[in-house]
Amino acid sequence: MSQSDQSLPLLRVQSLVKSYGDRVAIHEASFDLWPGEVMAVVGESGSGKSSLLNVIAARTQPDAGQVEYLNHNGQLENIYTMTQAQQRLLSRTEWGFVHQNAADGLRMDVSAGANVCERLMGLGERHYGRLRQTAEHWLHRVEIDISRMDDTPRTFSGGMRQRLQIARNLVTQPRLVFMDEPTSGLDVSVQARVLDLLRQLTRKMQLAVVIVTHDLAVARLLADRMMVMQHGRIVESGLTDQVLDDPQHPYTQLLVSSVLQP
Amino acid sequence: MLQMKQVSKRFTLHHQHGTELNVLQNVTLTLSAGECLVLDGPSGMGKSTLLKLAYANYSATSGLIEVSQANNQLLELTRATPRELIQMRRETMGYVSQFLRVIPRVSALDVVAEPLIEEVTDQLHAIDDAREKARTWLTRLRIPERLWGLPPATFSGGEQQRINIARNLIKPRPILLLDEPTASLDAANTKTVIDIIQEAVSRGAAVMGIFHDTQVGQAVATRHIDVAQFRFAAKDAA
Amino acid sequence: MSASYETAPEVNFAYLDERTKRMIRRSILKAIAIPGYQVPFGSREMPLPYGWGTGGIQVTASVIGPEDMLKVIDQGSDDTVNAVNIRRFFERTAGVNTTTRTHEATLIQTRHRIPEKPLVEGQIIVYQVPVPEPMQRLEPREAETRTLHGLAEYGLMHVKLYEDIARYGHIATTYDYPVMVNHRYIMSPSPNPKFDNPKMHMNPALQLFGAGREKRIYAVPPYTSVESLAFEDHPFEIQKWPVACTQCGATDSFLDEIITDDSGSRMHVCSDSDYCQTRQDEQSSVAT
Repeated sequence: MSQSDQSLPLLRVQSLVKSYGDRVAIHEASFDLWPGEVMAVVGESGSGKSSLLNVIAARTQPDAGQVEYLNHNGQLENIYTMTQAQQRLLSRTEWGFVHQNAADGLRMDVSAGANVCERLMGLGERHYGRLRQTAEHWLHRVEIDISRMDDTPRTFSGGMRQRLQIARNLVTQPRLVFMDEPTSGLDVSVQARVLDLLRQLTRKMQLAVVIVTHDLAVARLLADRMMVMQHGRIVESGLTDQVLDDPQHPYTQLLVSSVLQP
Repeated sequence: MLQMKQVSKRFTLHHQHGTELNVLQNVTLTLSAGECLVLDGPSGMGKSTLLKLAYANYSATSGLIEVSQANNQLLELTRATPRELIQMRRETMGYVSQFLRVIPRVSALDVVAEPLIEEVTDQLHAIDDAREKARTWLTRLRIPERLWGLPPATFSGGEQQRINIARNLIKPRPILLLDEPTASLDAANTKTVIDIIQEAVSRGAAVMGIFHDTQVGQAVATRHIDVAQFRFAAKDAA
Repeated sequence: MSASYETAPEVNFAYLDERTKRMIRRSILKAIAIPGYQVPFGSREMPLPYGWGTGGIQVTASVIGPEDMLKVIDQGSDDTVNAVNIRRFFERTAGVNTTTRTHEATLIQTRHRIPEKPLVEGQIIVYQVPVPEPMQRLEPREAETRTLHGLAEYGLMHVKLYEDIARYGHIATTYDYPVMVNHRYIMSPSPNPKFDNPKMHMNPALQLFGAGREKRIYAVPPYTSVESLAFEDHPFEIQKWPVACTQCGATDSFLDEIITDDSGSRMHVCSDSDYCQTRQDEQSSVAT
């Protein structure tokens, strides 16, 4: 329980349960996420971390429990009682979702500039010149050369595609961003750049982030706090460096000790 | 500033047959503003562990740890949320660990300036001020200018240590924890660090530190504590 | 031109059976009630392949009556092979009178043009449509485009225009230029040149659109708002020619460019053959 403030969290998750047939993917997951907090959800394959992300991002419905989001009126609203239109609007404005495979989060046959600005066009921006300026600004921020603005992401490298996906999500200044293994598909040398970018942008923009990763180094670099999942259960959670340096749960200890140090 | 009340720390190694390491038992101490408390004792006695408990890098097995924060609110670390702990570290407590955790791609200058840049986020002139202060610190700690634009990953141990120190002192905080801050430093830089610590103490900071070099410890200490008294002695278990 | 054929006795009036016509009329009514919305319908096998106007023919067949006067044009002309064949089809199966004069027609079926002469209340114009979904090239999944239409999420449509400007410096789409109907649905105006888009706005006639292969019908009721999409700094503009029609001198009609000899000489002629002919007739009657 918080000792110092009475404000509401940005996202409140309570007793989530999700099953796929007989297999229980999430057993009663609960947590609060506050504005500006970056939380990593760590676990191995089958831990339920991706299922959890999809449920809280309104992409899959849970079988039980609820997910509430703090709306503009300062009230916690159940995301599953919202209309589809409201959910979709939220996904395009206040929320972001960065996919592991950039192609899933981009329009591959549309120019980089249009990819960045699509959300704005969907919100009614009708000035071509301004759209272009915004695209330039964001491509610059994610370190994509502006000369590539009219090229499609099909011609981009994996790292560039991922950075473009990030720009596409951040253009509407979201409050909450979900990330599913954003660097796992990238070459190691490329990961560092993307991670650094994520680190800077999440801090500068005060984003709340839920990032799913199997890589503890990514959690340490980006996250203020983390949750460890095993077989659908949250087995440990807390301050990132505390969980990594002083793991209590046997599974966490196993994970931490298994990481190879080059 | 900082109070530890009957704090104990036990590690349970689940994958080594559940071995338990009782590192600290019944730690009770108070750290006040304007003092430098030096932790004495041979290595392996739990001195680093004590500092890490104070920083909430480790979680106490039992007992209470109270921090008087910069905003005058009291925070009890064993029951604090991650959010509160991060806020506490940002505003109230600096910690110079033995190793600098290197973030790839960030230049030494920005590593040092970061605690100030974090506060202002986007105002450009404030970022410039922060970097200017960082330059001052790097100069004082004799980091050659040609290194300022490079990420510290390739720096020597001593250089990394000085970056770590600069980073923690650029933003004056009420509490400062130091774990062997001069271990890899030459005489000139060690002297500089001693001066820095004494300055912090005179401005009212509460400093607690471990110094492998007893002379350095003597030079900065206003008080000593022998950590051996907090070791769990098996024969005393009752 | 009056009917000179008897309707073939074994074929129902206008070829389609009455139940099918009812089904299509229901779809048409639904389409009129929701201007610009694509209504699915049970498209029938017609005696010509997909891509030749089966949708338009089914719509015409469902609304045509024995008293109607039918005009059929293709690329603005009554004389092309398609126009001739479709007109003959209805002469044989419905025994209706047909005409080439726009102002005489009660029902007009068209591919690729809207007549230059403004239509009046009581007229119906039926457009042949190959691809009814305006976002199809950008979003091939129909489940997704249906959701976008349902939720009026049209950012993607502007992406298409943005891409044109980025690629060509201007909106290069010159035909099938997307429009917003009744301030709600984005519609493909069928492959009409954008020159014709303004004619759809607040038109006194009923405009019906039929896509046979894709099995969709949509409509724009009389006096409905139809606005071409654009950007504030790249407004919608219609095509202009620097020359007039060589046959009738019109400067306000859509001109076809015809190469006349091997050395590349060209002349411009009104695409709308009726319009051109009418103007020529007026000029010659004035002259005499």
